[in-house]
This record gives sequence, C-alpha cells and structure tokens, in this order.
Amino acid sequence: MRPTLRVRGAVKMDPAQSMAVGGEAGKKTALLLLGCPEVPVQMGIALYLASRLEKDGVSAVVAGNPSVIQLIRVSDPDQHYVKRVMNLEKAMADLIEGRMRPDLTVSFAHNDAGISYAATVRHVSASPLYLIIFGREAEALAGLAEFECEKIVERAVHNPAQLKKKIDKVFGWAASKS
Amino acid sequence: MGCIEELKYETILSHASFKEVREYVKEHFKERYEVDPGFKIFDSYIIGIPPILVGIEGDSVIFPYTKPCHGTFLLRIEGPEEIERLRRKR
Repeated sequence: MRPTLRVRGAVKMDPAQSMAVGGEAGKKTALLLLGCPEVPVQMGIALYLASRLEKDGVSAVVAGNPSVIQLIRVSDPDQHYVKRVMNLEKAMADLIEGRMRPDLTVSFAHNDAGISYAATVRHVSASPLYLIIFGREAEALAGLAEFECEKIVERAVHNPAQLKKKIDKVFGWAASKS
Repeated sequence: MGCIEELKYETILSHASFKEVREYVKEHFKERYEVDPGFKIFDSYIIGIPPILVGIEGDSVIFPYTKPCHGTFLLRIEGPEEIERLRRKR
C-alpha cells in the first residue's frame, strides 16, 4: 500500500525501505534521478546534493544512464559524496513496482524527457518530489511540469552557482557557509 | 532500449517531445487507449506525461518510448497479447 502523499515536511523513516533503496539502515534515503549528462551543471549539483543530504543524515542513491554512472564514479572515486549508484531503468522499474520507496526524490530535467521521467515518478511514488529544471529551456520546460512537486528552476548550463543558491533555499541550507 | 531493443520494432517518430508523440497517436490511430505513467508494455514501462495514448493498428501496438538523452520515440511492435490486454482495460 502506498503511503499518503506528502510533498513537503518531515517524512517518517522506514529502515526496511531505506535498505531496499540502497541506503544505510536507520537513515532516510533520497533518490536522485539524473537525466542525460550533456549539461555540465547537472553533475556538480548532483554531487553537491548527495554530499549535503549525507550531512543531513540522508543516504543518497544516484540513478542515471551508464554515462552518468561513469561520470559519478570517475568524479568521486573514493565515494566521498555518492555511496550508491544504480541504473536509471532499474530505478524506475523498482519505483513503479513498489520495490523502492525513498523518503524523497530529486529529479533532474533539462529536456522534455526529464519532465516525462519526473511525471512518471509523481504518478507512481508518494515520496516528496523535488524537480530541478535547468538548461537553456528551463522556463519553458517548467511550464510542462503541471504535476505536484517542488520546482527549482534556473537557466543554468555551465555555472551552477545560481541554481545552488535556489537549492540551498528550498532545502534549508541557505545559511550554511559550506 | 533494453528489452524493447531485442524486439522487432518500427520507429514512427524519433527524438520527439512527449506532446508531439501524443498528438501523432491522436491524429493517426482510431483505436487508442489512455494508460497511466509506468504502464507495463513488452516488459518495459511507459515513461511519460499524462495523458499517455497507446494506439492499435492491425496486430501492432503503437506506443511512446522515452530515453533520457534522445527524447521520445513512437514505436510500432506486433503484439496480439498486449493488444488483448489494452482492450480489456476499456
């Protein structure tokens, strides 16, 4: 049975499910769904989010296509920031079939496909959904995302600074100096 | 394309937006069904923005297939069992 929809606020932790998503027992889990890695800011923001979530006691799992996974592993060889990666198709299948129930999901979108993935997540998962929309078409893409989620929109391509600021504000990290 | 790639498929549209694919199905296929995101077809899951339209023509199913880097494809695959399942949904 799916839990009640909660888009914002505290989420009750389920250690069993946390393990199911690949996190550590006793920790909340976040699923980061990355899109095509062609826009540079995505990788930097994903590593940043994973790192900050870990500091907040949330275990992050990053899902992406094979190129995304290689980028993560090459960028973070000692797994300081990302402990667990998984294939995007496997992650979607697990979400759809209810085998994975993260405490929150962050979906990245810089193209139409990214919005389609997020719309699917919204439909099949009750976890709070944060949708990071970036790239040159960010505003237009944001208009396609008419489903319930917390949108973070910035026309960022190479420089992640403004996008990071918005993420910090939404996640309550704005006062931090790290 | 995972399991889909191993099947014999015809590509009707490629590198399209989800909306373009939906409009194409609406305009070109009289028999069509609305399915939810995550609907399982040919052992894959449909990724998309509702409403998602799947068409039927002859023995073939026409459905959207989305990839992160390449947008949405509209594919045609023969599938009497999938057709039966879609018709039962009505």
